[in-house]
Amino acid sequence: MHPAPSVIVFSTLSGLGFGLLFWLGIDTNPPTGLPAFIFFAVAYALSVGGLISSTFHLGHPERAWRAFTQWRSSWLSREGVSAVFALLTMGIYAIDLIFLQIHATALGLIGAALALFTVFTTSMIYAQLDTVPRWKTPFTPALYLSLSLAGGALLSGRVNMAILLLVIAAIFQFIWWQRGDAALSDSGTDLGTATGLGERGTVRSMAHPHTAPNYLVKEFIFVIGRKHAQKLRRIAFGLTFVLPIICLLLPFSHVLAIIAVLSHVAGVATSRWLFFAEAEHVVGLYYGMR
Amino acid sequence: MTNLPTKTDRTLGLVIDLDTCVGCHACVISCKGWNTENYGAPLSDQRPYGTEPMGTFLNRVHSYEVQPEQGHAQTVHFPKSCLHCENAPCVTVCPTGASYKRVEDGIVLVNEDHCIGCGLCAWACPYGARELDQAEGVMKKCTLCVDRIYNENLPEEDQIPSCVRTCPAGARHFGDLSDPNSDVSQLVETRGGFDLMPEMGTLPVNKYLPPRLKDSWDDQSLLAPLLEPVAEEPQGFLGWLDKALDKLPGGTT
Repeated sequence: MHPAPSVIVFSTLSGLGFGLLFWLGIDTNPPTGLPAFIFFAVAYALSVGGLISSTFHLGHPERAWRAFTQWRSSWLSREGVSAVFALLTMGIYAIDLIFLQIHATALGLIGAALALFTVFTTSMIYAQLDTVPRWKTPFTPALYLSLSLAGGALLSGRVNMAILLLVIAAIFQFIWWQRGDAALSDSGTDLGTATGLGERGTVRSMAHPHTAPNYLVKEFIFVIGRKHAQKLRRIAFGLTFVLPIICLLLPFSHVLAIIAVLSHVAGVATSRWLFFAEAEHVVGLYYGMR
Repeated sequence: MTNLPTKTDRTLGLVIDLDTCVGCHACVISCKGWNTENYGAPLSDQRPYGTEPMGTFLNRVHSYEVQPEQGHAQTVHFPKSCLHCENAPCVTVCPTGASYKRVEDGIVLVNEDHCIGCGLCAWACPYGARELDQAEGVMKKCTLCVDRIYNENLPEEDQIPSCVRTCPAGARHFGDLSDPNSDVSQLVETRGGFDLMPEMGTLPVNKYLPPRLKDSWDDQSLLAPLLEPVAEEPQGFLGWLDKALDKLPGGTT
């Protein structure tokens, strides 16, 4: 799959932003006044910034409002609706904390649930697709949710919780990569089933429909990322999990905290790039590729 | 509404005969021509005369080689367009309701005025039947020539999809696959029509007819008795000539 920068930026930043909103929402003793303003400003910059970035890959961004209508059937639509509800709910909760010093507990819990559900809907956009066997697994939502919660805990300064969740997310990430490498061959779909000619013999693509590539080839068959995939995985794993955990285990300092956060964000962005770049769409089979 | 209809009144679709297709790409060209000038946004081209020319096509023809365990390989030309699936995954993922499946005839269409060009329907389609037009920013797909098949301004013989009308080999057939007595259903029945990627659960309407098995050099030909020599020895004038030439000096070969 073609790794569109706008989608990678979106899912990395908004995952972190909604993760932070979740922890702010369930906090029994949340910050108020200026500290609250700073926390919520960061959370909104990440989540809203991510959402805006996601509209950059649309052919017609001016019609994006129509995406709120099909929540009954479409995970992408549910994501939009859920994101707006989460941001509105947490907006009121934030105003109460910042300007009125009021802690609206129930509102925070509802907002936290909506924030987490938004991350879940994002992951389901990918996990629902039979056409990309690497994504079609419950481990995809598990990975997205654990990363979002870990990132949110990291941003909100919950050291022990962040360490625990980073370890859990690291386990999901490892399992997700291991499973993903065999996903296409385990799916049973190959050029034989794609053409329906597999029982007659070995099918080989002899000539593409056109000599030049097309939208399908460019969108679904992205092979550049595979050469350095293993190296990038190690880099992503180190940045997302190992370095932040080391920083958190050392005696607290603001410099270490900033390093932990930046390292984590860079790591998640790298693994999100791989999430797309390594994914094989079954359409590639028709072109004798994967 | 991007929920799928539980049942459609008719099930219009194509039956493509892989035995007959010669891979001429005439269906590709006629499709591009008709659909650029008619329903919806035109099918754009990018750099048509430059390096790496690209364009939007609703129908593309692949060519495959099938190598059986024994014997010679077989070449199969393989046209592929939207299969108008009964359980179309492209429809349910659409966030705007622009993609829909018609209750009256089962055709899967895109309302281009509502399409935001997110591309998720193309991701959901296992067949590569949807292409995002690079100039218009909206999703294009086969309409089963909905603007031909009901168009009474056209002569009756033209009220079929452009690809079917054009195919010089008669490899493409159009009809109602929900009617067991229709020509297309009969073709599927007698020739053992099959689905592409049945494991995806998309329930495609379009069916493919398998290529017939290749002849072997050892097969007894139907024409063999007719190819027997009619005379081992020359007779008549040729017989006289044969004898006369034998008598001339120089010997025979």
